[in-house]
Amino acid sequence: MKSVRIENVTKKFGNVLGVSELNLEVKPGEFFTFLGPSGCGKTTTLRMIAGFYYPTTGKVYFDGQDVTTLQPNKRNIGMVFQNYALFPHMTVDENIAFGLQVRKLPKSDIRQKVDRIRGLVHLGQYGSRKINELSGGQQQRVALARALVIEPDILLLDEPLSNLDAKLREETRVEIKRIQTELGVTTIYVTHDQTEAMSMSDRIMVMESGLVKQVGTPQEIYHKPNNRFVATFIGETNMLEMKVSSIEGDVVTVESENGLILRGLVNGAAKEVQLAADSTIHVSIRPEAFEAGPGDNTVKGTIEFVEFTGLSVNYIVHVNGTSLKAMIINGGSAIKAVRDEIELHIPPRNLYFLAE
Amino acid sequence: MKQQAEYQRSWWSRATQSPYFVYLLISPLFLILFAYVVYPFYSTFLQSFAGNDTLANYRKFFSLESTANLEALWNSVYISIISVICCAVVGVTMAFLLERYEFPGRRLLSVLVLVPMALPPLVGVLSFTFLYGESGIFPRFFQHLFSLEEVPFSLKGIWGVVVVHTFTMYTYFYLTASAAIKGLDPSLEEAATSLGAGRIRVWTKVILPMLTPSIIASSLLVFMVSMASYTAPLMFGVERTMTMQIYLARTNGNLDMAATQSTILSIVSILFLLIMRWYQNRRNYQNLSKGVSVHRSEVTSKPLKTISIILSFAGTLILILPILVLILISFSKDGSWTIQILPTDYTLDHYKALFTDERTWRPIWNSIQMGAVATVGNILFGVAAAYAMVRLSFKGKSLLDTLIMIPWALPGTVVAVNLIAAFSTESPFAFNQVLIGTFWILPLAYFVRHLPLVFRSTSASLLQLDQSVEEASRSLGASWWYTFRRIVLPLTLSGIIAGTLLALVQSIGEFVASILLYSTTTIPLSVAIFQKLYAFKFGTACAYGVLQILLILIVLLISEKLSKGSAGSAI
Ligand SMILES: Nc1ncnc2c1ncn2[C@@H]1O[C@H](COP(=O)(O)OP(=O)(O)O)[C@@H](O)[C@H]1O
Ligand SMILES: [Mg+2]
Repeated sequence: MKSVRIENVTKKFGNVLGVSELNLEVKPGEFFTFLGPSGCGKTTTLRMIAGFYYPTTGKVYFDGQDVTTLQPNKRNIGMVFQNYALFPHMTVDENIAFGLQVRKLPKSDIRQKVDRIRGLVHLGQYGSRKINELSGGQQQRVALARALVIEPDILLLDEPLSNLDAKLREETRVEIKRIQTELGVTTIYVTHDQTEAMSMSDRIMVMESGLVKQVGTPQEIYHKPNNRFVATFIGETNMLEMKVSSIEGDVVTVESENGLILRGLVNGAAKEVQLAADSTIHVSIRPEAFEAGPGDNTVKGTIEFVEFTGLSVNYIVHVNGTSLKAMIINGGSAIKAVRDEIELHIPPRNLYFLAE
Repeated sequence: MKQQAEYQRSWWSRATQSPYFVYLLISPLFLILFAYVVYPFYSTFLQSFAGNDTLANYRKFFSLESTANLEALWNSVYISIISVICCAVVGVTMAFLLERYEFPGRRLLSVLVLVPMALPPLVGVLSFTFLYGESGIFPRFFQHLFSLEEVPFSLKGIWGVVVVHTFTMYTYFYLTASAAIKGLDPSLEEAATSLGAGRIRVWTKVILPMLTPSIIASSLLVFMVSMASYTAPLMFGVERTMTMQIYLARTNGNLDMAATQSTILSIVSILFLLIMRWYQNRRNYQNLSKGVSVHRSEVTSKPLKTISIILSFAGTLILILPILVLILISFSKDGSWTIQILPTDYTLDHYKALFTDERTWRPIWNSIQMGAVATVGNILFGVAAAYAMVRLSFKGKSLLDTLIMIPWALPGTVVAVNLIAAFSTESPFAFNQVLIGTFWILPLAYFVRHLPLVFRSTSASLLQLDQSVEEASRSLGASWWYTFRRIVLPLTLSGIIAGTLLALVQSIGEFVASILLYSTTTIPLSVAIFQKLYAFKFGTACAYGVLQILLILIVLLISEKLSKGSAGSAI
């Protein structure tokens, strides 16, 4: 269990920028996730922690020790690859034992540790199987067991679930989290799937085009995004460009070009937002921010689309020239149809103001 | 102490981290290529300008007064063009018949169609002269049948060369064409037919365009191999070809002229190599052979069926006869076969002698030793070069690849002349020794001629091995070397072995460079065959040949097994 610190790291591949000026601190035992669209530099960052790439500039520390250019085999890390990268010429047990053999442990210890970890990942009776006789999910577990058995200081996982089908993905997600909690190993997890990131992580780093967009807990990322990228990338939201018409006490009134007027709260704003009258800002309203019937911030409009999911009713409502997505928890009341008029309201605390 | 270790580590890691470190790693590869490919080539090049008047040799070559050289150049080109055409016709036709039609005897024929690949060049030509040469079995048979004064026909001269070329090289066309035909999606053709396209239209608009890339690639290859051909002209007495002229100039001691001829032939060969590589890079490989079952049309009508049976029987015979005749003659008493159709007296002595008579066994043992030395070199170089090529990133990759391919593209005769030019004096690349006349020159020649074999098969295996598998091993704490031993080697072993076996048999059978380079103390197998032939010891020569064919068959079998095995275990 070690901490990881990355200081001002930039990685260039020739002229292509992998990541730029990255700073980051992962605490011991933390489950930390790199989240972002494909090509944003997640793998590049992970591989610099693993030692497969060296930063062009900047430093990497494990527990305060500079490992920037330390060879990967000297780092005591466990890594799970997207394609599992199992050794096809070895059995399950031989795969798991590999790292222990490298460490020259006595045979009996190896046996014992392999058996224990195989139990932990629920592969009890598969020890002597060949790799190509396993299903994708089982291969996944072998890869995890192989990385964990060496008792790594840091566990690195690069999109470990992306090759599994949807159902298995959910199962394995829970499984990985369970094992991680049980062992308490510092874990860095790479994914482009926000559900995975939100459900597993202690903290998330959201990246885009080689830049860090925000670091925070899942709640912070969801409720207090720092910028429009994070707000739209995580979950769904209605993003409106509006003008501040007045600020009175802690109430902010905003107005859109086509006359939609809403009120929010001063503290419902992202960090860098400077609220000033007549300035243009972005307003993020999550679909679940809407409530049925009239109230504060009543909006009236025509229904363009209805969807019943059981848990909720999802509407797209045309209000003052803008289409808004709204999600109303299913309380048993009647469901309206397309082209019906509907009246909803948005409690002011559910408005969130963003600068850029 | 600790500080020093720390310092050394950081010094080492700084060195390995340097973007130039990789060049240190690959420098031995380039050094070897420089010493044994570039430098010998350059030595020949220099020698071709020797004399008072630097261009004298070239002037002589192109002089219109004594046109031997120009004639040789023309003959080589002429023979090569005709060979390409014949090989293309035979190879593509065979591919179509075997891939698209069902007829009696197809299965046997589709195995035998590859027989020419199992014949070492010298042995192949040998069996052809026994079968169709002036005193060969068939001409004699017809002479006796019709009681003629002289044989009615025989294989000789340029046409003899072309027939042998066609027999030994049509497989290049056959292999690429049948791969392309397998890849042809039958539904494409059906679609065309259903749209109302007639047979000819389907052919010209659908099938031919799909086959063109493979035909062009094979044409370039056959042209190159024909230009380099030496054994066939030698056995059929066609002195006016480039390779023969080089051989004659060399044996007459006219080294400068040999160097000039070599240089000119090299330029032609390298030019073709470059065109070939350019063409292959340009064309995109479409691998369509995914489970599309090619349906074979059955030959049904009576007369067609009869014709197809006769033709496939004839084809089978033509393909199998060269091996049968070798086996037959290998049992014949030396000197017993003079003007008869077939040898009259038979014996097992030649085979016994192979392993019991010291003088008969010697050349086999020589070739095994020299081949083994060369092959060990090929393994070390080939595996290292393949790893560098596939896994490291550095500038000069295509240079490395080209330099490895060049000796393969150069005619064996030229390789020999180059080595003579470089190593008949003391050279730093030979540890200040003269190599010519020693044991070492032939292993060196074999090493150079077979450079790409292990390299190619190993890179193919490596390309299939995902880099992340190596990284997984590293992340688990294994050093690079440990990873290489326990992960990379086992997983590429089948490729390495396939290339190694191929290099070994080719070295053991190598004739073209051997005949120019061998020293009398270590005569290789192929030269021994040649000498036995000229001493009219046909039996022994053929027994040697049969031994070689057996060796090749074993190797082909093992390679086949290996490639199947690895395909099965790849995930
Ligand atoms: N080995 C490499 N050579 C060149 N460019 C690379 C290499 N690895 C990554 N990149 C580039 O760096 C950027 C970030 O890539 P990566 O870290 O793999 O993204 P992610 O894992 O987030 O999908 C991309 O633009 C990618 O093209
Ligand atoms: Mg990635």
